[in-house]
Amino acid sequence: MTDTQAAPTAQRPNRPLSPHLQVYRLPLPAIASITHRITGAGLTAGTLLFAWWLVAAATGAEAFDTVQGVLGSPIGLLILFGFTWATWYHTLNGIRHLVWDAGGALELGAVYRGGFLVWGGSVGLTIVTFIAAFALK
Amino acid sequence: MAANQSDVGFRSSLGRVRGLGSARTGAEHWVSYRLLSAAYVPLLLWFIIAVVGLTGADHATVTAWIAKPLNAVLLLLLIGVTFHHAAYGMQEIYEDYIHGKLAKTAVIGLTRGACLVLAVASAFSVLKIAFAG
Ligand code: HEM
Repeated sequence: MTDTQAAPTAQRPNRPLSPHLQVYRLPLPAIASITHRITGAGLTAGTLLFAWWLVAAATGAEAFDTVQGVLGSPIGLLILFGFTWATWYHTLNGIRHLVWDAGGALELGAVYRGGFLVWGGSVGLTIVTFIAAFALK
Repeated sequence: MAANQSDVGFRSSLGRVRGLGSARTGAEHWVSYRLLSAAYVPLLLWFIIAVVGLTGADHATVTAWIAKPLNAVLLLLLIGVTFHHAAYGMQEIYEDYIHGKLAKTAVIGLTRGACLVLAVASAFSVLKIAFAG
């Protein structure tokens, strides 16, 4: 193949256009992919909570109780629930990424099955995590 | 010109003029990011299970748990991998969406700096609890 020459528009072959994101219903693999990115960014923001928790524990009982109070409030629990789901989703899908990077499970069927598995698994594991944390005491 | 001719390949005229292309580094970074991600899986699973066990625990219980040598070492490893993975993961996102050279460099640098500060503060906290209670 040679260089792409800057041909005048009129001379360009009539190639098909790819559909624009806004007029295209995203297939499951595309949704799974962007969700990996969104959860990655969300988890990065969540590291602030992780650091706050550790620094407060090192500061003393009072500071630590403040953090526990915030995390135990309704909004805190909602954030923790989202954080937990994002962690499970990104971890499961991250493992899928590593399998792909090693050259595995790249057939279309496997990609769809993996997408279902990661969505179902992350929701299921989030519920299991909360039951284990709060109900089995 | 012979050398240049063999370099023509798939590049567009504009790409060739700008001299963009492989920087000849990056494969190593790509591989180490994947290896660290693989090491991250057991560390994070350990931490999730530990935090579930610590739900509702008071300050004394949590600090006693952190101070145990095995827990402190695993926490320090978790802190290192987490902030490294987060900083370079975010860099990948910025590189895809931010195209101004200055803005991109600034945001990547600020994220790296923030991750470094959080990592040092977190690690210092673990060490303080482990050594000074
Ligand atoms: C065991 C857990 C985890 C695994 C196995 C994992 C794995 C991965 C992998 C393989 C990628 C590269 C995806 C690609 O090729 O585009 C990635 C991206 C990323 N990860 Fe993780 N990760 C984990 C946990 C986390 C956590 C806890 C955070 C946040 C602190 C995080 C933040 C990110 C970010 C920001 C990206 C960039 C996303 C992108 O480029 O779209 N990850 N992760």
